[in-house]
Amino acid sequence: MLDVRDVRVIADERAARMQLRSQIAALEAQLSDAVVSAFPDGGVHSTVPAPGGPRLLTLGELERIRDGLADRVAQARGVLEERGERQEASRVLLERMLLEPGRHKFVRVANRDLGAAGCGVWQVRPRLGLVGMLMGWWQVKLSSGCPLAC
Amino acid sequence: MSAADPALEEGWIDRELALEFPELRIVSVSAPAPGRRTPRVLREHLALLADRFHGARAVTLRREPVPAAYRVFFRQVGLDPDVQRTPVEAAALDRLVQGGFVSRGPLEDALLVAVVETGVPVWALDDARLDGPLGLRGARPGERMGEGQYAADLAPGRVLVADAGGPVAVLFGDVAPGRRPDRHSTRLRLFTVAVPGVPALHVEEALLGCAEALSDAAAGQ
Repeated sequence: MLDVRDVRVIADERAARMQLRSQIAALEAQLSDAVVSAFPDGGVHSTVPAPGGPRLLTLGELERIRDGLADRVAQARGVLEERGERQEASRVLLERMLLEPGRHKFVRVANRDLGAAGCGVWQVRPRLGLVGMLMGWWQVKLSSGCPLAC
Repeated sequence: MSAADPALEEGWIDRELALEFPELRIVSVSAPAPGRRTPRVLREHLALLADRFHGARAVTLRREPVPAAYRVFFRQVGLDPDVQRTPVEAAALDRLVQGGFVSRGPLEDALLVAVVETGVPVWALDDARLDGPLGLRGARPGERMGEGQYAADLAPGRVLVADAGGPVAVLFGDVAPGRRPDRHSTRLRLFTVAVPGVPALHVEEALLGCAEALSDAAAGQ
């Protein structure tokens, strides 16, 4: 026969498990957002070791999943932040190339580095080839299109 | 749901499971067993779905409400959805690997259309081999799935789909061999497990759509 204290402990544990499940749901949503944001470059992993199931998990097992997801979300944010900084730097470089092409001779910035789709590459090239090189006529050209698939 | 639609039957949920997951449901519907050949309409439907389903969608699928609900539930019951894929993600992955939704027979095709269109997985059982309504419960100590020397041991507490006669299937897993539909089946019992966050409308659409496709297939359309 359960006494009042036992009933209270059971109810408290159930409430704690509910709380953990809602935290898991929120973290899973954040991790999914990160995976989608990272597409198509990837680099964000969403695998979290699971205790095996399907079954009702204990408080400790739910905590471990919650912590595993939190780690994954933190890692994903780190990857996305780093990628964002690199893209920002590439955008600044492209702006400088467009403003002063003569100071960035033959510098290349790929669309992928800018976080843009496609295989285009921005490059500072001399206008009219050798003549442009000798005369200092520089321009930014966007090479477009992806290489044909084999 | 129209008056002509077959009636959906709400299954039972074990008390412990219901307390932990108040929104968890198991719903089923009866449908005729289809013939052996997939009707042209169903094959065309599969091809149309394959055309609309691309790589980017397979990635963004996890952010859609219904697939996301299944991913979350998988985590909450101890499954890693990146190891054991949720049914809709498994279908999406197959689509990418095989370059299309491959027709495998009228029943498999109808189940595939249901999960791809709604995100809600549907399973089929031989109605004649069921004993009472379906429900969800944990496996009891010493319980096995199937009969004879090939029966599989079930870990106590493993969540099962069961009827009065015993385990019918592991949740999101294999159906017991003796309960699967075969070529002698005349009526099927289609069931789905609606996890928290899945709207009732999607559940109805998955089951009734699948039942309708099977009725058409049985009628030879």
